[in-house]
Amino acid sequence: MIKSKKSKVGDLVVAFFCFLLILVCLLPMLNVLARSLSASEALIKNKVWLWPVGLNLDAYKLVLNDTKYTWSLVWTAILTVIGTCLSLFMTTICAYPLTYDKLKGRRIINTIIIFTMYFSAGTIPMYLLLKELDFLNRPVVLVVPYCLSVFNMIIMRSFFYGIPESLRESAELDGAGPVRVLVSIYLPMSTPVIATLALFYAVGRWNGFSDSLMFMKKREYYVIQHLLYLIINSMSNIEVTTQEGFSPPGLSETLKSATVMFATVPILFVYPWLQRYFITGATLGAIKE
Amino acid sequence: MKTVALAGSPGRGKKFIAYIKRYWTLYLLLLLPLTYFIIFKYIPMQYIQIAFKKYSIVKSVWEMPWAANNGLEYFIKAFSNKDFINALRNTIMLNFLDLIFGFPAPIILALLLNELPFPRYKRVTQTVAYMPHFLSWVIIAGLARQLFAPTSGLVNNFLTKIGLDTIPFLNEPKWWVVTYVFLGIWQSVGWNTIIYLAAITAINPELYEAAEMDGAGRFRKMWHITLPGIRTTIVTLLILSLGRILGSEFDRPFALMNHMVNDVANVISIFVYKYGIQALQFSLATAVGLFQSVVCVIFLFMANALAKRFGERGVW
Repeated sequence: MIKSKKSKVGDLVVAFFCFLLILVCLLPMLNVLARSLSASEALIKNKVWLWPVGLNLDAYKLVLNDTKYTWSLVWTAILTVIGTCLSLFMTTICAYPLTYDKLKGRRIINTIIIFTMYFSAGTIPMYLLLKELDFLNRPVVLVVPYCLSVFNMIIMRSFFYGIPESLRESAELDGAGPVRVLVSIYLPMSTPVIATLALFYAVGRWNGFSDSLMFMKKREYYVIQHLLYLIINSMSNIEVTTQEGFSPPGLSETLKSATVMFATVPILFVYPWLQRYFITGATLGAIKE
Repeated sequence: MKTVALAGSPGRGKKFIAYIKRYWTLYLLLLLPLTYFIIFKYIPMQYIQIAFKKYSIVKSVWEMPWAANNGLEYFIKAFSNKDFINALRNTIMLNFLDLIFGFPAPIILALLLNELPFPRYKRVTQTVAYMPHFLSWVIIAGLARQLFAPTSGLVNNFLTKIGLDTIPFLNEPKWWVVTYVFLGIWQSVGWNTIIYLAAITAINPELYEAAEMDGAGRFRKMWHITLPGIRTTIVTLLILSLGRILGSEFDRPFALMNHMVNDVANVISIFVYKYGIQALQFSLATAVGLFQSVVCVIFLFMANALAKRFGERGVW
């Protein structure tokens, strides 16, 4: 089909708007990257735009030498790995039985689970429960209480529904039980959805901080975003410094940028590789009950 | 009828045993998730009582005495609390602005991306546009503070350079609201296109061909084919957003707020955090949380009923 001149111009206008979008998304990151690599004098004089001025790695060295910060990175990475594995396990064993049409009591179990998506007791009841369970200020509070997301479970279940039932039936005729079918047929076919949900759960843990803020008082167990919040605010908000007693290790603006980079880069390296998976995953979530 | 049922029952019993023998492992698998939901979602519901009771640290929830005014003491206190009224107003205001500006944004972007004829460029644009979704609000707040800093930030430097006044993006209530809404769109617009783009792919391409035969241009096709084609998706997502009009995120306002903008940034979730977790006024904070949860459910039902009335599918 030959395109008219008018529609070619239109295509270019569309392409231009997309270019603007790319700029708006990337510029903030580039600016912070440039700042983190610049000399602090250049920053004070407002010379840094999108390219480092007076290139140096001092800020990164200082951040790496700050044991509190590096420990928090390692700690959050550990929590992320453990949490993601636990969440994937729980999500799978919850979603899989619910794909059996013949399962007696499926409707009531479904209702029990879906109800929690629309109504929750709230923050304080959760806090009191965790207090009762003696979870407060223990590492377990950062892993277990939110380990199973109904939304993610629905995504996985929708994916399982897409696996042809004939596969399951023929395996069952050969004498395989439900668990056997799960392990040898469903899981090997579910790489896309497992990758998607692993990404969702991992990003959730890496980026989350409200549970650490509310349920964790021990500083050595703070997750990275919580610590980062204190660092960023202790320099612009004196209130927070005195309240939390966190002393910034002689930080300048460059340091602030470097800490932001450290907490961002892990995710930025992971998500583009999983793009083709999570697009399917994010769409599956929209299929309704 | 009765005799038939009776005659059938021994067979049924056997059938049931066979069923259990075959599928008991499924129940075993469900045991752990169900325990999780009961412990972490249903047991906390007993503490909702605290909203109607005088909290006591030594007594169990069931033994605590009822609060004054037929147990409604803390709801009355909440609604006569200036801070709460302020939080209620801010929650509604910020969510409403998010709805007006944030809801159409991904639809427009999806239409735009759908018009982009260069596949590789489209893919790059999408990858970049998804990126902000993967940043935490603490990081976005950190980026925003640096970019929008009054004297040293990139944006204000640029404004001064072209001869304009600097703008207090994060330090002045009105501008803070603008920045809050803008950053919300920035963070979510790319990600939210995924669902619309998927819906667009499902539209029958013959419709476009037929429209072209009739001489329809880009905008007519968009208006008469693409938009109607994704209407169901739009309505479903609209219902969900309407249901959240009184819901409040915690991370976003908490990370972006500072003491200069408390007056507009204080939302219900932050009120609950301040009064409940920090000041330990459990009854008051639980009452506020309960009020919020209940209103959210009511709104969701209403939005759903409304959608069904207009002949849409609804959420359930």
